[in-house]
Amino acid sequence: MYLADQIRFNWQIFVRHRIRTGLLLLAVGLGVASVILLTSLGEGARRYVNQEFSALGNQLLIILPGRKETTGGSPPIYGTAPRDLTLEDAQALARIPSINAVAPVIAGTTSIAVDSLSREAIVLGSTPAIFQVRQLEVSQGKILPDRTRSEAMAVCVLGAKLKRELFGHDRAIGEWVRAGGRRLRVVGVLVERGESLGMDLSDMIIVPVRTAEQMFNTPGLFRVLIELAGNADLPRTEKRIKEIIRERHEGDEDITLISQDAMLASFDNILSTLTLAIAAIAAISLLVAGILIMNLSLISVSQRRREIGLLKAIGASSAQVRQLFLGESLMLVSLGSLAGIIFAWSVVLVIGRIWPVFPMAPPWWSMPAAVGTALLAGLVFSWMPARRAAALDPVLALRGQAGQG
Amino acid sequence: MIELQQVSKTYLIGETPLRALREVDLVAQEGEYISVMGPSGSGKSTLLNMIGLLDRPDSGSYLLDGSHTERLPEEQRARLRGEQIGFIFQSFHLVNRLTTLENVELPMMLAGVSVRERRTAAQEVLAQVGLEAWSGHHPNQLSGGQLQRVAIARAIVMKPRILLADEPTGNLDQASGREIIAVLENLNAEGITLLVVTHDLNLGQRARRQIHMVDGRIETDISAEAGAGAKYVPG
Ligand SMILES: Nc1ncnc2c1ncn2[C@@H]1O[C@H](COP(=O)(O)OP(=O)(O)O)[C@@H](O)[C@H]1O
Ligand SMILES: [Mg+2]
Repeated sequence: MYLADQIRFNWQIFVRHRIRTGLLLLAVGLGVASVILLTSLGEGARRYVNQEFSALGNQLLIILPGRKETTGGSPPIYGTAPRDLTLEDAQALARIPSINAVAPVIAGTTSIAVDSLSREAIVLGSTPAIFQVRQLEVSQGKILPDRTRSEAMAVCVLGAKLKRELFGHDRAIGEWVRAGGRRLRVVGVLVERGESLGMDLSDMIIVPVRTAEQMFNTPGLFRVLIELAGNADLPRTEKRIKEIIRERHEGDEDITLISQDAMLASFDNILSTLTLAIAAIAAISLLVAGILIMNLSLISVSQRRREIGLLKAIGASSAQVRQLFLGESLMLVSLGSLAGIIFAWSVVLVIGRIWPVFPMAPPWWSMPAAVGTALLAGLVFSWMPARRAAALDPVLALRGQAGQG
Repeated sequence: MIELQQVSKTYLIGETPLRALREVDLVAQEGEYISVMGPSGSGKSTLLNMIGLLDRPDSGSYLLDGSHTERLPEEQRARLRGEQIGFIFQSFHLVNRLTTLENVELPMMLAGVSVRERRTAAQEVLAQVGLEAWSGHHPNQLSGGQLQRVAIARAIVMKPRILLADEPTGNLDQASGREIIAVLENLNAEGITLLVVTHDLNLGQRARRQIHMVDGRIETDISAEAGAGAKYVPG
């Protein structure tokens, strides 16, 4: 029997049983589409993170106060480390030649008010270096003045959204806001930008680090962001940083260094694993489709008893009958997979249109994996019905009707 | 040549064994025309299915052209069925979703004959049964007599040497029944070995050799011509 004949034969069955076929196509299609779409989401998240990291530009290094212990001791809680990481520490690090910029950060929340308008917002205490390190720009006014590197000043830069919420379309530069009990003059407004590493910068207020120290009454830094020079040797710079901290902290190396690469690698790892896990969960829907195929095939075998008996009487071997039924399932799964792929790709394209910042795309393995799983499920679950059809006794199958005739 | 030697077949109905064939001996030469008659349940269909290789004897031998068939693997029996034997059933057994032509082509499709070749062959046999104008119709558009003629066309499209008809006129009115018998007898006249199971004495008596079955046994085996067996037509 030719493959083309078998395809035509099965096609005639599909046409005859449109509803049954439609249902199975839907089940398989949805299964395949859900695997592709869910893995596309995971892969999109991974690409998004990568893209965000590369948007950070130069090599970034983050210093957290306190050592991250893997064994013994109490878990480190940032900011309550034995010895605070101070602004002076940060200034000392700035003298390392392979370091471009050092931005100390103190973070906290407080309410920001203009006249009677008040909002809760995140306060980022830092120096002008933060604008370089995080590649922030102002759309109006200026960034923090140079003096704020080491001094408190009653000035601030507002995130774009915060500015809008406090001032609307009115001019903000030169106006005063109340933040945590003190008055600050607005010197700049940040350029509108999306999220960056999960922090919505447009919702923040940036103040001089010394001012933040007073505001939150803490000499300790939340963290220090370091931008390395383009040609910096990462391990050597890390070593140098540790040496300086050890000198300044009486021999204690009580900081944790996180490099951008390490962070990216671990994010990448987590998201890749997550995508695989999602794929496995989505594949369950293909098992469900397989079970549906089995049930409907069993019904089909008993409905087509007469036909199977006839096929055997006119020369079909058991193997041929089995092949017909398996082929029917495989053809159905192939068509369903195709529909699922087309559907999934359209959704991916549409999402890419309406949400271009999110680079949603199926990982290379998701389509073969989805179709492979679907085919395997189709084969496994139609094996039993096909065997039952092949084993059908033609005499009994033909009698089924003859007795009533 | 068909040769049954001491063929027995017992079916189990629940716990009770039912002997459908009891030590049946039968020799049929090439080109014979045999009718099988007898009361309902006497084993006529079982005998026909046995000859058609749809059923296997519990004991005894069945030789087709001198070679044993009982222990042939299922694949080979299926091939023999396809190539050597044509079946015609009381209830036609056409596939409703297929056209007349596709129904007739079915045995050739299973045998792996190319589309062009089998189309020609199917059209040829459809013309032979007088249905060339109906090749594109579906079974539900045809009358009973026409349906059985399609079934005959399907049975002979592979040019088998044996034609087995199990009550081919059982579902037909008298006129259509006579037409069908005429078609079958014409085929026999061209050399095909014909076995017809029938209730109808008038039809049965048209055959040159008439077998009466009772209770799984061949009770009488009468040939119209003198002498044992039947006339031999060299194939
Ligand atoms: N596959 C089968 N299973 C059980 N009993 C069967 C089977 N085939 C035939 N029989 C029984 O064997 C007997 C002979 O059947 P059959 O050959 O169909 O008789 P006939 O065709 O002469 O009416 C009947 O009693 C029938 O019920
Ligand atoms: Mg019968």
